[in-house]
Formats: sequence, C-alpha cells, structure tokens
Amino acid sequence: MKNLLIALITLIPSLSFAAGPTVPLDEADVDLHDKASLQRGAQLYMNYCLGCHSLEYARYNRMFNDLEIPEELGQKHLQFTGEKPGDLITNNMSADSAGNWFGTTPPDLTNVARVRGEDWIYTYLRSFYKDDSRPFGVNNTVFPNVGMPHVLEELQGMPAKTYEERRIDGEMKEVYVGIKSDGTGRMTESEYDQAMLDLTAFLVYMGEPMLLEQKRMGWFVFGFLLVFSILAWLLKKEFWRDLK
Amino acid sequence: MANKFVQWMDERIPMTKTWNIHLAQYPAPKNFNFWYLFGVLATLVLVNQILTGIWLTMNYVPSADGAFASVEFIMRDVEYGWLLRYMHSTGASAFFVVVYLHMFRGMMYGSYQKPRELLWLFGMFIFLVLMAEAFMGYLLPWGQMSYWGAQVIISLFGAIPVIGDDLTLWIRGDYVISGATLNRFFALHVIALPLVLVILVFLHIIALHEVGSNNPDGVSIKKPKGSVPDEEKPKFKFHERFTKKYDIVDAIPFFPYYIVKDLFGIGVFLFFFCYVIFFNPEMGGFFLEPPNFQPADPLKTPEHIAPVWYFTPFYAILRAVPDKLFGVILMFAAIVMLALLPWIDRGKVRSIRYRTVLHKLNLINFVISFVVLGYLGTQPATALATLFAQIFTFLYFAFFVFLFFYSRREKTKPVPERLTS
Repeated sequence: MKNLLIALITLIPSLSFAAGPTVPLDEADVDLHDKASLQRGAQLYMNYCLGCHSLEYARYNRMFNDLEIPEELGQKHLQFTGEKPGDLITNNMSADSAGNWFGTTPPDLTNVARVRGEDWIYTYLRSFYKDDSRPFGVNNTVFPNVGMPHVLEELQGMPAKTYEERRIDGEMKEVYVGIKSDGTGRMTESEYDQAMLDLTAFLVYMGEPMLLEQKRMGWFVFGFLLVFSILAWLLKKEFWRDLK
Repeated sequence: MANKFVQWMDERIPMTKTWNIHLAQYPAPKNFNFWYLFGVLATLVLVNQILTGIWLTMNYVPSADGAFASVEFIMRDVEYGWLLRYMHSTGASAFFVVVYLHMFRGMMYGSYQKPRELLWLFGMFIFLVLMAEAFMGYLLPWGQMSYWGAQVIISLFGAIPVIGDDLTLWIRGDYVISGATLNRFFALHVIALPLVLVILVFLHIIALHEVGSNNPDGVSIKKPKGSVPDEEKPKFKFHERFTKKYDIVDAIPFFPYYIVKDLFGIGVFLFFFCYVIFFNPEMGGFFLEPPNFQPADPLKTPEHIAPVWYFTPFYAILRAVPDKLFGVILMFAAIVMLALLPWIDRGKVRSIRYRTVLHKLNLINFVISFVVLGYLGTQPATALATLFAQIFTFLYFAFFVFLFFYSRREKTKPVPERLTS
C-alpha cells in the first residue's frame, strides 16, 4: 500500500508536462522604471505596429503621462492620424480588409503581455525566419505559420534558420543553431535585441499601466498592516490578561 | 445623552439585547484555536465582495459588446478602479480559501454532529450559492475563459435525460452563450444570489447562536442547571437566554475577547490578501487566468479550458467518469455527501482529538483526495491524469463510506468532562 502510494506520488510531476511552449523562450529582462526604454518601445510600436494592431483600451494621454513624454512632443511624434490626446489608441483597419490581406484580423495588443507573457513576446519578435512557402516569405518558430509579415525587416534584415555541421556519434550531422540575420537591416544583432526588449517593455507597460503605482501602494499597505497587526496583538494581550 | 439615546432605541427595537445575546454576553468556549478564525474571515470577505461589487457595478456595462471594454475601462481609466477590481477578483478566491478551511474545521471537530445538523446544512447551502455566485461572476468580464468556461459548465445540464437540451436553452436564453446569458447572469450575480447569500449567512449565525459554538475538544460547555458549583462558573455575565436552562462553564464573552483576537487574525489574513492584490493579482494564473485578458470569441475555442481553481476538485470528478450524465451525478454527489455528513458520521464523539487513528487517517485521505483532485482539475485530461482522477475520486467517496461503517462502533478515547485548555 505504502509503495503504491509512493509510486503514485512520484508520477504526479510528470502530469504537468502535458502542455507548454514548444520552443524554449528567452528571458526578457524588462525594467518598467526605465522610461527611456519604454519611450523607445512606444516609438517603435507607433511606427511599425499600430497600423495593424490597435491598443484600443488605452489612451494616448495616459501613455504620455506614464512614460514622461510631454504631450506636445507625443502628439507630434507618436500620434499620426489627428486624434485628440484623450482618445483611445485605435487604428483604421477594417476587419474585412484585414481578412483579405492576412487571412485573419490582427489582434488588439493592449493586453498581449498578460495573455502571452513578456518572454513569449520578446522571443517571438526575434524568431521570424525566411520561409518561401509562406505568403509573406517568412515564418516564426514561436508562432508557426503566423499570418504576419516580418514588419521589422528593415531593422533586422532578413533572418534565416542557420545550421552547423557537427560530429555526433561519429557522424556529421546538420544541427539547428538558431536564427541569423543576413545583415541587410539598419541594426546590428545586439541593437535589434535591445529594440525588441524596449518594445516588449512597452507592451508589458500597456498590459498593466498601473503596475508601478500598484506595487508602491502595496508597500504602504504592508506598512499599515504591520502597525495594525501589532496594535491588535497588544490589544488582544491586554484584554486577555483578565482571563489568567 | 448617549444613555438617553440607547434607552430611546431600546424601547423601540431590541438594540442592546441583540448586542448582548450575540456579542457581549454570548458564551464562546475559551479554547478556540487558529481554525476558528475562518468564520469571521468569511464574513469579512463577504463584506469586501459586496462593497467592491457595488463600486464595480457603477462602471461595468453588462452587454456582450461593452462588458470586456468596460472592465478594461475600470482597470485603466477609473480612479483606483484596478484596486476595486483586484480586491473583488482576489476576494472571490479568498472566499473559497476561507470557506474550505472553515468547512474542514467543522469536519475535524465534528461541528456538524447533533445538535448542529441544521447549522451545517445552512453552511452547505451557503457553499452552493457561493459556487453559483462565483460561476456567474466569472462570466461577467467576458474574456475567453469566462465564455468557454460557462459554455462547458452550462452544457453539463444538457446531460440530464429528456429535459437536458431545453434546460440549457432556458439557462442560456439563447442557443449559445450570448449577451442574453450575460445579462441574466449579471442580474443574478449582483442582486439575486447576494441577497440569498446574506439571508443564509444570517440564518447560519442565528442557528449557531441557538445551539452554541462547538470547540476543538468537541465537549459541550453547557452543563445541567445546578450541577456546577459557583466557584467553577466563569466570572462573566452571560445573557440569561443561555444561563436559564444550563450552567455555562469554560466560556468567555465573544465581545471583547474574541473580537480583539480576531482583529489580530484579520491583520495577518490581510497580509496574504494584500500581497495578492498588490503584487500578484493573477496568482500564477490561478486567480485570474491569462486567456481571460482576451475578449470572448465564440469562434475560437481555447486550447485548454480549465475552471478557476476552486471548482477544480469537482471538475476532476466530473471528467473522471467516461459517461457524461453519470459524471454530473457524481460531481453533485460529491457535494451532497458533505451535506449529509451529520447522518453519515454515526459517532458520538465530535473532536478528532478523541477519535481513533483510523478516523484521522481517513480524514487525511479526504484532504489528500480533495487537493489532488483540485490539481488534476487544472491539468489537461491525459490518460494518466484521468486514471489518477478516477483513483482519487474513489478515495474521496471512500472517506464517506468508511466513515459510515466504522463510526458506529468506533473505539474512541475517553472524552474529558470539561475543556482541556
């Protein structure tokens, strides 16, 4: 009986491998205090992403405020279609045309960091590779057969899956070693990685714009609770002295 | 001035009398331990849910088009809206944490035994209504998991022979989950069920104060009138409602002693509660599931639909059975068995302290089964997971069957006359 129990218990962890990402994800070292990074991320987003992917639950002026961008500068450099600063960050692509162009509607990305997680976004953005069988000539290892073109090609260049010859068990074999750009982009590999980290950070901010305030308030609440609990404990001791 | 006001009130409504009967002169056993905190905490969380719920309602839009966006509006544009929402979403899970511990306390110390059967039943009704309340509330954000979770659960009623299909149609108000479903769930979630819940909690407390609180020893603090010498009686004044028929021993007034003790307990509880609210509102996907940050899409089924953690033990039981109807029956039976505990347990000794090793092992078996089933309910139903779910479903029900048989002739330890500590 005991042995059976132990056997059952040791089997339990193996159940949790049933689901999960197929590609190992790179860790995105996002720092929400780094406003410059968030600003660069916002700039990339507004220039390259917003055309297809709205942020329809967020407002421009809230973003300017949180990212410490003066409203005039923000309006000039980050708002391209004449909305008011208090407007939601939408775009003008209709679902019908999107369906025609991409086969699906590009999702709104306001909450994408909460749905996918920051590591997923960071890895996804760096995982496009050349694949001529796809309509836009690219595929993605994190999101196979995604309907999205490699919008950032002018920054990264055209990446391709690269293989190395390695001797394994005495035989030469081709081993997949990762994705390498052909170097035609404006950015070096490390510049591109940093840019994608900025973009990821911006999306993390988008998912939870209140996050910094929330944590700051949390510490104050803890402080209050500490004082409250100590006083409550002393009060309890004082009252319960009667019972001795 | 104050005295005059109290007198004026007392002549018109039993204000002082109620205060005395239920708080200042209510005899509570002096040996309440950690486990006796969860009733108070459940009340606290109920108040939290009602208050934050009222404020959320002020900005929430109960329609298929507006619901998701209005929740995001609350999170982003309403001042401290995120705080209200996280307090409410964390409160939902916290409610089940404290209620499960509260129920387990009752099982450990035999608080369901005579004369507390009705008290226990009111508690079970509270639990049922709470589950309905949580289920309907979970649809309101109109996220992917809201939508598909509701789809799965409502379709369970379709397993009922003959009336099944008509019943699901009647519940949904449509052929699929739609705005019509959302609207009626909203109505039930914000008024009908909370009203029932508050009434049941009221009845639960009235029933408790009628029969008196149990305690970790499971020994009654009510002794026959005149059997206790004066020097052994507590020095406190208890309401004559309690002392008229009995001599009360080993008791202290609920107010102020347990109120101040609970105040400290509340402080500690709030540390955990606020940790989740401010630092980990999603609680690793257990309190808020990541797919629920996507708006409901009737055309796109999520890869893996899992209910929120507090339903998973019952969900695992449901999935353990290949036949859908039998699965539904077994799932409800799992709750009915709990409700029948006062009659399944035929023992006369209440507390686990004075019961047999067999009983302790059996209770441990129950806890392990419940927790493992809860875990399995969150996982995809692979063949291995289903096998485990079947084993632990069997053990879950075995707890009640064993208990029924051994409890009648259990060789219990001698029970003390009076409370031990």
